[in-house]
Amino acid sequence: MVDKYQDKGPEGTTRRNFIKSVIASASVVSSSAYLFRSQLGSQVWAASSGTVERLISIKVNGQTRRVEVMPQDTLANVLRYKLGLTGTKIGCDRAECGNCTVMLDGVTHYSCSTLVHSVKRQEVTTIEGIAPKSGGLSPVQKAFIDELGPQCGFCTPGQVVAATAFLKQNANPTRDEARLALSGNLCRCGAYNNYLNGVMKAAESI
Amino acid sequence: MSYKLIGKDFTPGDIEAKVTGKAKFSEDFRAEGMLFAKLYLSPMPHAKVVSIDTSEALKMKGVFGVLTADDLKEVPPPGAPILTNEPHFVGAPILAVAAIDETTAADALDRIKVKLKPLPFVTDPLDSLYPGGPNATLKGNVADNKIKLNEHKWTAKDFAKAGENELPIGKPASEWSYGELDKGFKEAKLILDETIVTAPGSHMCMEPRTSMAYWQNGKCYVHGSVQSSSFTFPFLAKAIGVKPENLVFVSEYCGGGFGSKAYYYPVMAIAPYLSKKVGRPVMLRISRAEEYYLGSARAGFQARVKVGFKADGRICAMDAYVVAQNGPTKGFWDYRNFGAAISVVYQPENMRWRGVPVLTNTPPQGAMRGPGENQTAAAMEPIIDKAARELGIDRMDIRKINAPDKNGKYGEKRENFTSAFLKDALDIGAAKFNWEEKKKLSGTRNGSKVIGVGVGQAYHSAGSSGFDGLIRIMPNGKLHIHTGIGNLGTYSYASTSRVAAEVLGYDWNNCVIERGDSRKNLPWNLGQFGSNTSFTMSRTNYVAAVNAKEKLLEIAAMDLGGTTDQYELSQERVVSKLDSSKFMTFAQASKRAIELGGKFSGQTVDKELNPMTKTSVSRVAGSGLIGVAKDKLKKEGIAPALCAGFVMIELDLETGKYEIMNSLVVADCGTVMHPTGLGAQINGGAVMGFGMTSTEHHVYDPKLGIPATRGLYQQKPPTYLDVPSKMDWAAVDKPDPQSPFGSRGVGEPPLGAAASALACAISDAMGGHLFNRIPVTSDMIINVASGQAQSHKTLQVNTY
Repeated sequence: MVDKYQDKGPEGTTRRNFIKSVIASASVVSSSAYLFRSQLGSQVWAASSGTVERLISIKVNGQTRRVEVMPQDTLANVLRYKLGLTGTKIGCDRAECGNCTVMLDGVTHYSCSTLVHSVKRQEVTTIEGIAPKSGGLSPVQKAFIDELGPQCGFCTPGQVVAATAFLKQNANPTRDEARLALSGNLCRCGAYNNYLNGVMKAAESI
Repeated sequence: MSYKLIGKDFTPGDIEAKVTGKAKFSEDFRAEGMLFAKLYLSPMPHAKVVSIDTSEALKMKGVFGVLTADDLKEVPPPGAPILTNEPHFVGAPILAVAAIDETTAADALDRIKVKLKPLPFVTDPLDSLYPGGPNATLKGNVADNKIKLNEHKWTAKDFAKAGENELPIGKPASEWSYGELDKGFKEAKLILDETIVTAPGSHMCMEPRTSMAYWQNGKCYVHGSVQSSSFTFPFLAKAIGVKPENLVFVSEYCGGGFGSKAYYYPVMAIAPYLSKKVGRPVMLRISRAEEYYLGSARAGFQARVKVGFKADGRICAMDAYVVAQNGPTKGFWDYRNFGAAISVVYQPENMRWRGVPVLTNTPPQGAMRGPGENQTAAAMEPIIDKAARELGIDRMDIRKINAPDKNGKYGEKRENFTSAFLKDALDIGAAKFNWEEKKKLSGTRNGSKVIGVGVGQAYHSAGSSGFDGLIRIMPNGKLHIHTGIGNLGTYSYASTSRVAAEVLGYDWNNCVIERGDSRKNLPWNLGQFGSNTSFTMSRTNYVAAVNAKEKLLEIAAMDLGGTTDQYELSQERVVSKLDSSKFMTFAQASKRAIELGGKFSGQTVDKELNPMTKTSVSRVAGSGLIGVAKDKLKKEGIAPALCAGFVMIELDLETGKYEIMNSLVVADCGTVMHPTGLGAQINGGAVMGFGMTSTEHHVYDPKLGIPATRGLYQQKPPTYLDVPSKMDWAAVDKPDPQSPFGSRGVGEPPLGAAASALACAISDAMGGHLFNRIPVTSDMIINVASGQAQSHKTLQVNTY
C-alpha cells in the first residue's frame, strides 16, 4: 500500500494528537459483544486451547434436548445457533433490552446473560413453547394480535414470554402492575401502550 | 364517506408470525456452510491506513478470508464507503474477516496488524468553523447532498462578535429568504433572539443491522434488515456490482429502522462481497456497541433564531440560522428541514433561513424519524411559549394564529399544501386533553413536586407520486397485491394494499399480499420512510386497481355484449347494470384475460413504467388479469403531516425526574385508514419523542473523538416506566383531496409533537425557564432548581 504521508507525517498531526489517538486505539475492537462458537469452530478452538465441549441435556419447551456446549456458551446462543430456536432474539447481548427473555421454571430470565450450563436442571420455555401444544395461540398471543401489540416485531417474543410469565403469577393484575412487570423489556417502536392493552385483555380471558 | 375496508381495523397478515417467534429476521436465516464475519473497526476518529498484515490471521485454522477496502471500489469523502483505508470516525469498518465462527473471527482480528497514521479530527462543528480549525476530511469540512465537499471557515471576527452564549453568525453554506425581513422586524412588538442546541442521538433499533449473503450460480442472495424492499434493490445491486437480474433480496421483516435502515446502507454490502471472496455463505452480525458506531444518528444542531412577534402573537419576522453536526459523510439534510419546518408550522410573514452542514468525525448521520423537523419542534416550541408569556397571550392562541391551514405556504418557494388542518388538530386536542382545566394546574406544588403542562407541534412532508402499482386477479378469483414498500412495522404495507381491494370491491379474505422478497415480483415503489407510505402507496395501488377495473369492464363488454359503461363491479363479479343476470365472475374474467393476452394479462404494458415494474410484470404475464399503472394522478403542492401534542408532568425539583402523567397527540393525516395502526404509530412516535427530550444523546470524548455512549443504558430509550401507562391519541380525519381515499402519512411528526410538548411542560413546571437545549437531562433541571450554573457551555453539542 502506498503511503503518501509516510515521510512528511500526517498533515497537521501534532505529537499530542498522535498520543491521543494511540490512547484511543485500545477501546474499539474490544467492543464486540456478540461472540460465540459454532460446533465446528469449537473443535478448532478446543484443539488449540485444551478447553472441552460437553454434551449436556437441557429441557426446552417440554422436550429434552442433547446439545454439545462450551463452558462459556450462553443460553441465547445455544437456543438460536444449536437448537434452531430463532424466535428468541438478541438485541443487546448485555441484559439491557429483554428481547432474549425466556422462562426458567416459569420465571423470566435474559437468556443472553444466562450460561447454558446453569440451566441443566431447569425447564426452559422459549417463545416457541408458548402456544398450546394442541394448536392455536395462547391468550397473550391472541390478545397481542387483537390489540396490535407488535410493531416491527423484534422485541415481541420477549414481550410475549414476559407477559405470559407475569400472568401466571398474577392473573388479575392492574395496568400499573403489568407495566412494572414488563419494564425489563424495551421496545424501540414504543408500542408499550398497545402491549399493555394486550396484557390486560389476556388477563380477562385467563 | 364510509368505505368497506378503508378506516376499518383488520389483522395484518404478518402479525401472527411476530407473536409466535416464527417471523424470520436477517439473523434467523441459515445457509449450508455459513461462516461468520467480524469487523476491524477504526480505533481513531480520523486516520490513514498505512499497512495491513493479515498473514498470521490467514494461517489460523477456521479462518477463510479477509476483505479490505483494496478489494472494493474507492469511495472518497464525503461518500459512505463499505470499508475504508481512511476511516473518518471511531468504529469505521476497515476490514472484515470470515471464519468458522465469531470467536475465531475475533481471534483472527487480534492477529491482524493494522498500522494507522492519525489525522486531524473534530467533533464540534464550531471548532471546525473557526479559522485554522481542524477539518473532518483532508479536503474540507462542509458538504451535503447539494454542496460539494469544500473548506468553509468563519472569521475570528464572526466569533468575537457573538456574545458568550450566542451562536456566532458567519458565512452560511446555503440560504434562502422570502418577504422583507427588516420590514417584518419593524412591525414586531416583541423580538426574541435565542440560541438553541440539540444533541445528536442514535436510532437504537432493537434489531442490529445483521445481514447474510451467499452466491449460487452467479446469483447473489442477500438477507438484509431494511425498511424498504423495492427502493433498496437497485442501490444494493449497484453496490455489490451485480445486474438486478442476478440479485435476490429478502427483506420480509425489519426489526426497527426509524430512518437508519431507510434503504441500502454500506454495511449491508460486506457480507455479499466477503461471501464472494471466500466462496461460502457469510453472516455479519452487528453488535449493539457497533450499532452506536456505524449504525446511524440524528444530526445535532447549534442554532439561533431571531423571531419577531406582533402584539397578537403573529410571527412577522423569522431569521433562522443553523449549524449541523453532520458526521463525516453527506449525511442527511436535517439542517435544511430546520428552515422548512419553521416555515410550515409558524408561517412567518417574512423569513430568512441560513445554514452550514459541518462534517465531524463522529458516527455517520442519517435520517432519523423527522430528520430536522423534530429537532426543530423540540427546540422552537418552548420559545413560542416564552413569547406568549411576554405578550400576555394564551399558549393555544399564539399557536393557532400562526398555524397553517389550506392557505398555508411551504418554504422558500411558497408552495401550496394539498391540504392542512393543524388548527383543527390543536382544537381537537385542547378539548380532548381538557387543556383549559389542566392549564390551571400549572405550577401547583406538592412537596418538592410541581405540575407542568405543555402543548407542542410538529410537521413532516407526507407523500410523493410517480411510482407504480401492480395487482393480479387470479384464475381462482383471488386478488394478489404486489407491494414493494417494505415492512417497518407500521402495517401500512397492508393498509395501503387494501386500497386496491376497496376499488374492486373485494372481500379482504380473498386478497393476498405479495411482498418482502424480490422474487415476489415487486413494482417500483418508494421506500418506507418520510411519512409517505399512506399517501404514495394509496395512489399506486389505486391506479393499478383502476387499471384492472377498466380491463374487467372491457372483457365483460366484449363477451357479454354492450359497452363498458353498462357494467359495474359487485361482489367480485362484473355485472350488467341493465340486467343483473348478465355477469361474469372475477375468476372467469381472469381466465379470459389469460386467453386474450396482450394488455389484459401483462404481455404489453405502459412504456412509462419503471424498468423494475416491467421486469416484474414480464415474470407474471399470462398468470391472470394484470392491473399495472404508473401513478400520474394530480399532485400539486406539498402533502403535509401535522401533529399537535399535549403533555402534563409532575416534576420533582429535588431529583430532576418527572412523571409524564398524561399525553395526547392529535394527527392531521387525512382520512384514517387503519385506526388501531394509526394509534400505535402516534403513541410509538410519542414514546420516541419523550426519549429525545429526556435521555437520548450521543456523547463523544472531544479530546479523543471516542463515542462514550455504546450501550442502551448510556443512551437510554424510554421504558414502560418512562411513559404514561395509558397514552392517548386522536386524528382530525379530514380527507386530503389529492389522495384517492384521502389519506396522508404521519409516521414522523408524532415524535416532534410529543417531544416539544414535553419540553414545554418541563419549562412550564420550572416557571418558564428556557433550557434552549434538547435533551433536558435531570442534572440540568436540578442545576436550574438549585440556582446553579449548568455544567456545560451553552453551545457545546456534546454534554454528559
